[in-house]
Amino acid sequence: MKNRENTKGRVTLIISRTLAYAFLIIISFMCLFSFYMLIINATRSNAQLQAGFTLLPKDNFFKNLRNAWTDSSINIPRGMLNSFFIAICSAVLTTYFSALTAYGIHVYRFRLRRFAFYFIMAVMMIPPQVSAVGFIQIMYKLNLTNNYLPLILPSIAAPVVFFYMKQYLESVLPMDIVEAARVDGSSEFATFNKIVLPIMKPAIAVQMIFSFVSSWNNYFIPALLLDKAEMKTVPIMIAQLRSADYSKFDMGKVYMFILLAILPVLIVYIILSKAIIRGVTAGSVKG
Amino acid sequence: MKRKKLKESGVSYAKWGYIFILPFFIAYTLFTLIPQLMTLYNSFFENYRDGLMQIGPNFVGLKNFVTLFSPDNTGSIGMLKYMGNTIILWVLGAVPQVLVALLLAVLFTSYRLRLKAQPFFKTVIYMPNLIMASAFSMLFFTLFSPVGPVNQVLVSSGIAEKTIDFLSIKVSVRALIALMNFLMWFGNTTILLMAGIQGIDQCLFEAAEIDGANSLQVFFRVTLPLLAPILVYTVITAMIGGLQMFDVPQVLTNAKGTPDRTSMTMVMYLNNYLQTSKNYGMAGAVSVVLFIVSAGLSLFVYNTLSKPYKEETKKRNRI
Repeated sequence: MKNRENTKGRVTLIISRTLAYAFLIIISFMCLFSFYMLIINATRSNAQLQAGFTLLPKDNFFKNLRNAWTDSSINIPRGMLNSFFIAICSAVLTTYFSALTAYGIHVYRFRLRRFAFYFIMAVMMIPPQVSAVGFIQIMYKLNLTNNYLPLILPSIAAPVVFFYMKQYLESVLPMDIVEAARVDGSSEFATFNKIVLPIMKPAIAVQMIFSFVSSWNNYFIPALLLDKAEMKTVPIMIAQLRSADYSKFDMGKVYMFILLAILPVLIVYIILSKAIIRGVTAGSVKG
Repeated sequence: MKRKKLKESGVSYAKWGYIFILPFFIAYTLFTLIPQLMTLYNSFFENYRDGLMQIGPNFVGLKNFVTLFSPDNTGSIGMLKYMGNTIILWVLGAVPQVLVALLLAVLFTSYRLRLKAQPFFKTVIYMPNLIMASAFSMLFFTLFSPVGPVNQVLVSSGIAEKTIDFLSIKVSVRALIALMNFLMWFGNTTILLMAGIQGIDQCLFEAAEIDGANSLQVFFRVTLPLLAPILVYTVITAMIGGLQMFDVPQVLTNAKGTPDRTSMTMVMYLNNYLQTSKNYGMAGAVSVVLFIVSAGLSLFVYNTLSKPYKEETKKRNRI
């Protein structure tokens, strides 16, 4: 009797496991298929692309790469360099100043401490586009269009990154360390830079990746501020590709442009996926 | 002893708190707060460019808002239409997103199933979240364009008689946008919900199992109620993200919201005022509405979703 129940349990377990794997495989297929097609199509010439659909790669990858890289209207290497510069600067500023703000609120007891904390938490939910009108207007008045400062400096104030850093500090930073440093005569800034920042390295690394990615992918504000060809970033160029006369395009080149636009992030992700996925949860759930 | 000494020496570190948080608040004031106030201010002014002529800024009171909510020459109210589009596009993507993510999170954390290759699956499902939305959208455009591979397959296999222009059909454009949003966000939601489930006391699952609860009962009676706060958080953030929907429909439809502006979102509308006519007055009014809607919706969802959970905790506290 008991034996039969056991076998029955085992059979249902095997069935539900099989169903679970089948579901996971279907979902994964959905996620990967469009990117697979992107890579395959980036290896085919325009004529091969017109000829029909195939799942197998062809041998025009480097020809497409050369064509895309040296295209006269869309300067993708320049765009990638621009995006890279903005993204690195934003990532450094965001993580450093978010850590600094989090440390300031975590360690010191001052009158506006609670206010400052709740203020940042409250503004976290406001959509960034709400400030776009005023922001664009000010930048036009200050003649800061076609300039990277308005794309980099605002990243000093990033409520979400601040929240992540604050939670990280709560879990890793014993006050004794700060007090010991004070006794040893370390100034407050030196304590932060030389003792606290190294402790926060894992959090900083994760947030650097996230802010790099979101800056690299950012389209809304840069598209409103950058119109000089040599200043444009990758997402603007991709959108430009869409608005160009489609029928005249070498499609192999178009697929290559798209591949180049996502490649840096893809490579970083494949190398660091474990840390990135762990980082998704660490900051956001407890709140 | 040391601590006492420090206190006695009367050194106050409070000023350092202010110094450390100062850069954040300066940057926030300059780049967000003042622009927000200016946006609000702009919404009461007539200020746009008509060809080469600059009109305004002239104070017009609430006229921009009135214009925003009055029917245009085709008889439809633009703002309401775009708000409706945004909500439809968001719901179409978010409902499967939350359901699939819930299912995946339960599967991944299931003690009974103990699925293998989890890191691989998690890596795959999270990947679209990091991909540049505009590039992802451009990719879907090329795949689904009249000369793209999807049409090639449909025609050569005889499923379709002639090429289908997916981008001129309301249903397919909306479905494509929803599909992309779903693909980009369900992995993220899965990971958040998984962490939530892992945060639930394991004893509760074991106790339920000993009491003879089946998987469905465990899910509805234990997992779901205890997951409620994280579910609320996830839905609110997804919703605020949904209201900002821009890159995907903008690139897919080349800023036009084709067909007949049925896929034009609120932020695309805002962008249209900023990009083409430099109409700061109307753009300001759209932003103010966007702000009010997002604030209102998050309060609403927070209240409705957290109520059952609150009652549950109240009940438990009473016992």
